[in-house]
Amino acid sequence: MNSELIVFLVLSLVAVAAALGMVFSRNAVYSALFLVLNFITVAVFYLLLGAPFIAMSQITVYAGAIMVLFLFVIMLLGAESLAPTASLPWQKPMAFTLAAILVVESLYLLISRAKPDVVVTAPDIAVNSMDNLREMAMTMFNQFLLPFEVTSILLLVAMVGAIVLTNREKAGRK
Amino acid sequence: MVPVDYYIILSAILFTIGALGVLIRRNPLIIFMSIELMLNAGNLAFVAFSNMHKSFNGQIFVFFVIAVAAAEVAVGLALIVEIFKTKKNINIDEMNSLKG
Amino acid sequence: MHLSETTSSGFFFLAPWLVFAPLTGLLINVIFSKWFKFSEKMVGTVASLASGAAFVVSVLLAYSVSINHGEMMRWRLAEWIHVGTLNLDWTFRMDSLSTTMMLVVSGVGTLIHIYAIGYMHEDVRFKKEEGRFTRFFIFLNLFIAAMMILVSGDSYMMLFVGWEGVGLCSFLLIGFWYEMDTLARPSWANSNAAKKAFITNRVGDFGFLIAGFLMFWYLGSFQFDAVFEAAPEIAHSQPWVIVAITLFMLVGVAGKSAQIPLYIWLPDAMAGPTPVSALIHAATMVTAGVYLVTRSAEIYTLVPQAQYIVAMVGAGTALFAATIAVGQYDIKKVLAYSTISQLGFMVAAVGMGAYVAGMFHLITHAFFKALLFLSAGSVILGMERGHHHLAHAHAHHDEKPKGKKSKKEDHGHDSHEDEHGEVFDPGDMRNMGGLRKTMPVTFWLYMIGTLALAGIFPFAGFWSKDEILLDASLHFKSVYGQLTLAAFMTAFYMGRQVWMVFFGKPRHDAAAHAQESPKVMTVPLMVLAVLSVVGGALNLPFEGFHNLGHWLGYTLAEVEALPLDLKVAGISTVLALSAIFISWLIYGRNPLKAGQIDPLKKPLGFLFTGMENKWFVDEGYFALIINPFKKLSAFLADVIDWRFWHDFVHDTVILGTYNWLSEVALTQYADQKGIDRFANWLGESTQSISVTMRKVQNGFVRSYALSVMLGVVLILGYLIFK
Repeated sequence: MNSELIVFLVLSLVAVAAALGMVFSRNAVYSALFLVLNFITVAVFYLLLGAPFIAMSQITVYAGAIMVLFLFVIMLLGAESLAPTASLPWQKPMAFTLAAILVVESLYLLISRAKPDVVVTAPDIAVNSMDNLREMAMTMFNQFLLPFEVTSILLLVAMVGAIVLTNREKAGRK
Repeated sequence: MVPVDYYIILSAILFTIGALGVLIRRNPLIIFMSIELMLNAGNLAFVAFSNMHKSFNGQIFVFFVIAVAAAEVAVGLALIVEIFKTKKNINIDEMNSLKG
Repeated sequence: MHLSETTSSGFFFLAPWLVFAPLTGLLINVIFSKWFKFSEKMVGTVASLASGAAFVVSVLLAYSVSINHGEMMRWRLAEWIHVGTLNLDWTFRMDSLSTTMMLVVSGVGTLIHIYAIGYMHEDVRFKKEEGRFTRFFIFLNLFIAAMMILVSGDSYMMLFVGWEGVGLCSFLLIGFWYEMDTLARPSWANSNAAKKAFITNRVGDFGFLIAGFLMFWYLGSFQFDAVFEAAPEIAHSQPWVIVAITLFMLVGVAGKSAQIPLYIWLPDAMAGPTPVSALIHAATMVTAGVYLVTRSAEIYTLVPQAQYIVAMVGAGTALFAATIAVGQYDIKKVLAYSTISQLGFMVAAVGMGAYVAGMFHLITHAFFKALLFLSAGSVILGMERGHHHLAHAHAHHDEKPKGKKSKKEDHGHDSHEDEHGEVFDPGDMRNMGGLRKTMPVTFWLYMIGTLALAGIFPFAGFWSKDEILLDASLHFKSVYGQLTLAAFMTAFYMGRQVWMVFFGKPRHDAAAHAQESPKVMTVPLMVLAVLSVVGGALNLPFEGFHNLGHWLGYTLAEVEALPLDLKVAGISTVLALSAIFISWLIYGRNPLKAGQIDPLKKPLGFLFTGMENKWFVDEGYFALIINPFKKLSAFLADVIDWRFWHDFVHDTVILGTYNWLSEVALTQYADQKGIDRFANWLGESTQSISVTMRKVQNGFVRSYALSVMLGVVLILGYLIFK
């Protein structure tokens, strides 16, 4: 029992609670906020795991950009609580069952193959975030240059797509 | 001293919760957010493994996943907005015209 | 090509040329006559030379046999059939009997070939078919070749090959003018006559074959010597076998040599050109039966009962045919029935065991009968020439100023119709008369032939007939009686014929204008006439002069050489002379006038009607055998084959069943109810499954996601439990 473990356990509880809260919340804004909490928790986990760059990019991109976008759209569409409809009545119990089974299965698999003596050690290089960043950059721009460029094209496509998708009315009026 | 497996277990639990959310909720925005949760759980696993193998490959992959997730959210939300304009509500059960 | 074991001198190696010389002549005419455009003379010369070559070979072979003291020689030409225990070869047998036959056939045959050059030259012109000249000589040569095979064969099967071959040639030559009848009108008559000859011969051949089968089965071989060796033992143990063999051979003889009951083809065979009648139906082919019995002497002597039957058949035929000859009006028909009667004499002779007498009569008969037939041909052509002379004279006389010939004259040119529109028959004796003035050479030749046939001393017929009568009087009294009566009638009808044809006044204009025949025809006749006169010298019944008997004795074991019996000879001479006198009384003293009916008709009444109509034998055969047979075959063809088998079994049963199968059974039950149902079930079940399965795609994304989740869970479960 050391401090890392305690921190981990507490934070994991928070993460799981936030996730559950997101799923079961009736209010969409509450769900979004729960998700933000979850993201931040996971960012801390990244820090614990010695990936400060990823942690920061998680917070900025995920929690900062994506969730904000989500909140925009939620506000735009109105977070209406939907009337419970009777379609697919068997869906909910089935989903719960399956999720439970999945949890059980995955836990069983993971625990049976567990290697408890492999512990997380944050390497020295992680303490110095600049080193981490430099090393990551070196790897990315040498080995993973092509995926990097492709990803940038992907982002461009996404941008264009989003604009095109929402632009139809204006084009029609012309 | 946290064993790596704990992180993996956590990742699995988060993933299942995300899957549950996809299955249960009827609001497509919530479903989207559950998908993000699942992606996030996967990222966590990646980073944990990257730590275990003392390699940066996992983290770089997470970097790309985040970028892709962002792009996907942008396009997906645009789509949802468009659908709302047509259907005036965003109950996912209402969008069932592709049936046989 | 082997000689037999004993070395001998002679010309035996020439034996195959007996057959191949005529065949060569045949082939030259077949292949080259059109190519090199042979003239008629050329064709006839080639054929006659071929036949003459066969004669020369026969002479040489006879000479060779004689210098070997009559010893029999064999010459094997080729292997034929060697199957199991059957060994047949094409072997030539040269002994005194076969060389005698060879000489007769080729000698008389060559003379007839030469005669035929002249005869056919005119005949094809009278019938307006010049192109057919060559074919006649091809067939004639073929006949000589086949007859040579017959007489030179060393086994019954080789004999049979020649037997069949001459039967074929007889058919071809009788039906030479196949599209007309004897008066050159378009008709089936000639081809029917040829068919009749062939079919009747076939019945005889059937008997011959049965005899052959019995021979092979019980005696083990066809070869003459082997049969003669094995026969006595079988005659002891199973005599019925030899009796059966001999009697079946008699059936064959009756067919080929025109005995009762199969003689009916020979009178009809007169439809063929006269040289054919002379060669085949007088001198050579019809004697094949006599030769067969003579050759089989060793078998016949084992079974006296069969011999008796042969003799009775011969005697009965002799008498029966002679009666018919009395009532005939056609010059060739008289001679035809005369031939049948004389063949009866020969068959009776060999039946009695008098083989030498039979062969002697065969030879002399060949001479004078050929002479008679060829002279009759000369007479017929003379009548034709006279008729055409008339038609020409009329045409020239009645020519219209414009130069057109009227229809009547055209008729006179083209057919045998004279100016009265009736058909002219050049062979009808009632149209003839007084021909001795217009055709003197033919007249004298005919007289010689008649005297020889009637058996007047010293012509050849006297000696040979007398020998037969002598033998009959000693051993078979009833045969003697029949033959004597037949001899009487022979002289009578020949006298009748001579008076009717050559004496008196011509009863028809054609006879008045008849012309003599050219030398190419009369010279061979003169040769035959000489032979008819001196032929008796072959076997005079005086000690030391039994030349033929001595000669044939080399082959035939026991030959009885009888001296002259003045009683028998005297009786036969008296009867013959009195018959001629009676015929003169009836026909010669008051010659017949045109259109007058036969003077014998009233006194003999129904007898003469029977004689005229050949005792209605043909009609009897038609009624008893042929018409029922036709009815039977019509029944079989129509009812059984066509209506039952074809209509019922094929159409109704088989076709109906098939149609039922295909239309009803297979279509409805198998196809529609069975296969269609299955195929439809497949389609329908696929549809119903798809209708059910379609519901999976309900459009709800959540359910799709659920199924994905389910899949993940299942895979993980599988991985766990692996």
